[in-house]
Amino acid sequence: MPDATFLDTTELVLNMGPQHPSTHGVLRVILKLDGEKVMGTECVIGYLHRGVEKIGENRTYQQFAPYVDRMDYVAAVSNGLGYCLAVEKLLNIEAPARAQVTRIILTELNRIASHLLWLGTHALDIGAITPVFYCFREREEVLKIFENYCGARLTTHAFRIGGLQYELYDGFEEQVKAFCDMFLPKVDEYEELLTNNRIWVARLKGVGILSGDECKEFGVTGPVLRAAGVKWDLRRAQPYSGYEQYDFEIPTGENGDTYDRYMVRMQEMRQSVRIIRQAVDKIPTGPIGKTPKVIKPATGEVYVSIEAPKGELGYFVVSDNSTQPYRVRVRPPSFVNLQALDRMVRGGLVADVVAIIGTLDIVLGEVDR
Amino acid sequence: MADEPKPEGGAAEPGKPAAETPKAAPPKPAAAAAGGHTPPKPPAPMASTPWEGEIPGQLKERFGDQIRECAAYLGQNFLAAKPDAVIPILEFLKLEADFDYLVDITAVDYPKRAERFDLIYILYSFARNERLRLKTMIADGAQPPTAVNVHVGANWLEREVFDMFGIQFAGHPDMRRILMPEEWEGFPLRKEMSIIQQDDRWVKENLGIESGQ
Repeated sequence: MPDATFLDTTELVLNMGPQHPSTHGVLRVILKLDGEKVMGTECVIGYLHRGVEKIGENRTYQQFAPYVDRMDYVAAVSNGLGYCLAVEKLLNIEAPARAQVTRIILTELNRIASHLLWLGTHALDIGAITPVFYCFREREEVLKIFENYCGARLTTHAFRIGGLQYELYDGFEEQVKAFCDMFLPKVDEYEELLTNNRIWVARLKGVGILSGDECKEFGVTGPVLRAAGVKWDLRRAQPYSGYEQYDFEIPTGENGDTYDRYMVRMQEMRQSVRIIRQAVDKIPTGPIGKTPKVIKPATGEVYVSIEAPKGELGYFVVSDNSTQPYRVRVRPPSFVNLQALDRMVRGGLVADVVAIIGTLDIVLGEVDR
Repeated sequence: MADEPKPEGGAAEPGKPAAETPKAAPPKPAAAAAGGHTPPKPPAPMASTPWEGEIPGQLKERFGDQIRECAAYLGQNFLAAKPDAVIPILEFLKLEADFDYLVDITAVDYPKRAERFDLIYILYSFARNERLRLKTMIADGAQPPTAVNVHVGANWLEREVFDMFGIQFAGHPDMRRILMPEEWEGFPLRKEMSIIQQDDRWVKENLGIESGQ
């Protein structure tokens, strides 16, 4: 270029990640910047790709179940539930009532744990150091319940195809109820720290707006979709595991910005407590289900999806009438939601990229599988 | 389990679909017992029931013999179409039948079949609260047109299908690998790829070891 002057500007390409504390794992984002303004992004993913779908084709139906916990490892119980439901659908069986209620309690506890981890790390990204300690303190109580139930805290493998592996331990109900009583005031406490905090509001309001129509275009689901005002939750739209028997609200936002997504997730934690309280009062007696020794579904294919903490988690399973799935496809909410990142950050400030990655609540283990 | 609305009386007993379906191909337990993973022979062996109703009626009227089958399996509706008709059908479903949410695009590999891959589009309609799957069969090397112009979200999903199966989508704005390294050779989810098989050259050049195994 001839006659370059000091007033000339060029586009700056900035690399963020894959080792960056606020990408929540190994996500690499290449940012194209004009000053502080983001002109475009490119996501580089795959660092955590372990070939989960290929592994599924090489394991029996039962053997593959623990692997799904390793996708969204902060919501392992949800992953397991989705997989069990998909195979049960393929076999055309249903878990007994006691197993279903237990599943709901554990899945909702896991939703709380997942949202707590999100809240803590998201606040940390924005610059609020305190909430992460509070969130991990309460999350610990959830993990203790998981540990008491099945011995594992994170990758729980809590459910089995056809029901549960373990009977509930003595004192399960009391511990869950005690958690609920303890937890609700804690949510208020988090809100006291953040909701009207001037810095928090200034960093979040109007940032990373994604409208309801844009969400549908990209296939974005979960709290991100609800924060844009679309009242859609698979637990209500297409209930599974008996969710139709519970009273709960679907929190929604209006503006589809980062602040609304924060509010939606805070409300969802309260609603989860509401569901857990209803469920724990009516755990029926009876069998907890038995995993069939040999699982050999008839030739066919099904798609079953659940409302995971991050959005619609689906399993597309193809059976060729053998003991191993012919094909397992996981429809990961994090992967699909991450695709909207470019739309959300474009035209915004580079400092907001961190807030927007945080608000999407992605887990790279699930993005890459 | 409450799921998609059952299409017709035909699917009321999805437990024993083979007994009551006209075009049921009987399951082949022998093949499975023999080798664990012998894929079933073409055509689609699923014991499905016909799907009748408003949408299949409209589609058949509009697309005629481009639609090969409208059926349901275990209460889940799907339709099979010829590859050329996929994008017009997606467009029609989005604009005129409210199937505005593209849930997923994926593929299944049947190496012994002439048209080797099943390409599957999973759709959902917020207005109807219904799901459906659109399936098509394509040969190895065929380049189905991209769905990006109908559903923006198809971008990464198609990239993943390309990455895993090597199906190139014609007209896609950014047809590159997404999960595997860009210089990687081979497509992991094809059936001829063993689970421990790797691109040894890539592993050697980039990781400095003979093999990851």
